[in-house]
Amino acid sequence: MLEVNKETFEAEVLQAKGAVAVDWWSPQCEPCKELMPEVEVMAGKYGSTIKFCKVNVIENRRLALGNKVLGLPTFLFFKDGQKVAELAGPEACTPEAIEAELKKLA
Amino acid sequence: MADLQNQHPTVMEPYDLIIVGGGPAGMTAAIYGARAKMRTLLIEKAKHGGQAATTEEVENWPGSGKTTGPELMKQFREHTEHLGVEMIKEDVARVDLKGEIKVIETRKGNRYEGRAVILSPGAHPRTLGVKGEGPLRGKGVSYCATCDADFFTELDVVVVGSGDAAVEESLYLTKFCESVTMIVLHPEGTMDANKASQERAYANPKIKYVWQSAIEEIKGDGIVESVVLKHLGTGDLTEMPTNGVFVFIGTVPNTEFLKDTGLALDSRGYMLADSETMATNLDGVFAAGDARQKWLRQIVTAASDGAIAACAAEKYLAEEEHLRHEVLEPKEPVLAVFWSPASKESLDVLGWAEQANTAAGGTFKLARIDLYKSARLAQRYGVTQVPSVLLFMNGEVVDRLEGNFDDFTHWITEKTVTAAK
Ligand SMILES: Cc1cc2nc3c(=O)[nH]c(=O)nc-3n(C[C@H](O)[C@H](O)[C@H](O)COP(=O)(O)OP(=O)(O)OC[C@H]3O[C@@H](n4cnc5c(N)ncnc54)[C@H](O)[C@@H]3O)c2cc1C
Repeated sequence: MLEVNKETFEAEVLQAKGAVAVDWWSPQCEPCKELMPEVEVMAGKYGSTIKFCKVNVIENRRLALGNKVLGLPTFLFFKDGQKVAELAGPEACTPEAIEAELKKLA
Repeated sequence: MADLQNQHPTVMEPYDLIIVGGGPAGMTAAIYGARAKMRTLLIEKAKHGGQAATTEEVENWPGSGKTTGPELMKQFREHTEHLGVEMIKEDVARVDLKGEIKVIETRKGNRYEGRAVILSPGAHPRTLGVKGEGPLRGKGVSYCATCDADFFTELDVVVVGSGDAAVEESLYLTKFCESVTMIVLHPEGTMDANKASQERAYANPKIKYVWQSAIEEIKGDGIVESVVLKHLGTGDLTEMPTNGVFVFIGTVPNTEFLKDTGLALDSRGYMLADSETMATNLDGVFAAGDARQKWLRQIVTAASDGAIAACAAEKYLAEEEHLRHEVLEPKEPVLAVFWSPASKESLDVLGWAEQANTAAGGTFKLARIDLYKSARLAQRYGVTQVPSVLLFMNGEVVDRLEGNFDDFTHWITEKTVTAAK
């Protein structure tokens, strides 16, 4: 998974052609860390058609707010730079829900 | 992940003990289970540690002084792993708990069998149920301060609730936020939290209060912008700008998957269990932790429940084993004598039974069952008094004698004759 930040988000996500999934997390967020290994597995599986990125919100708070990310974990899904789907909060971000969005996106 | 979902159901020897839910209750049960040499499986769907892993400051776990929830739960987990407990990460969706072998099925479709089960699924935060709450979840509405506090650095938030969790999490939020306003149902000066926490809150200049009020609505376009507050005395509505809403108004038990399984739940969904042994209404099924109807929901009481449940499960398994071995499985007829050391008559009956059996050339196998040590077993066979004698053939009760033992010798001779045929 590609670690992106406030400097690289524009180029790696918004300017990217095709599908991008962005995992917003922080080292304090236990549910985020718990999810990470499963997301890594999905990144391996869907990596050829979808680009996987992650953003540590602690170092990129303004970027998170700019994307209306105000709770963790959050997953945003982009297609050709446009946000097409979103999962916010630990209840919404289940591995099943994330995979369902990826399938739609791929 | 799709291929995982198509795994074949596992076929193997049943576990001695299956624990559903890996919070402090489940992990403690697993530690006791493993130490009692039970073959133990712990099933957790998300993060080991449950709710306790979502709170930063834990100051009431004996021996740890001041620690954090995630740190303490990491130690619980390492301890559990170290003892060789088998742990799997799956979401239990269906259970069949009524039989002697309990069946646990997960959302992925895997099936696990156990002889005893401890249910410790814990609880999740209760939602307010007001307009705007759902759509703004993860957009400023939060139920986990440690997860989300960072977003609100130098911003203003409200906290709904006045119990221990609400006050403790408010104190934690003041490390990040410009201001934390607690919305309290009660009149000025009354909170549900313990006194020590209340005093720390009152001493913190960043915490403000709106008394005797409830949230009517959460407003915002994409992210939280304000809350509408209703004064419960006057009914007046006021709108208050804020950047975040943290909700700590209690919890709801994670027992949805236990509805209609025969397990007794109260009207709010909490499991009903004997507070002495954690036994539920179903044989071999025990309840532990926050999902149980109980008076104090804390890490230390969850751990206590877990310890008791595991010991009770061990005792249950030993009794079942004893019953199978001594009463149900023997090929010869079994004379089960329920006795108690306090009842002289029952001791007499034990003696008579032995003599009569010897005289008849050992037709029967004798099983001595202490009524009070095996209360559950007695209940299963409807035995309420000592002495009582039950005659088993191939695992079934075929005759019984209770109350009057004047004709015991006659009775037993008659049974010997029938058994011989
Ligand atoms: C904000 C907050 C602060 C708190 N602060 C303190 C404190 O300072 N001190 C203190 O002593 N207590 C505190 N508590 C209370 C304490 O966290 C709980 O009492 C304790 O965690 C209960 O433990 P449990 O094992 O019963 O349940 P939980 O901790 O809720 O754990 C249950 C586990 O079961 C899992 N589960 C549920 N359903 C299933 C299923 N179907 N399949 C598989 N797994 C499942 C869940 O994922 C979860 O991990 C706090 C609680 C909160 C919410």
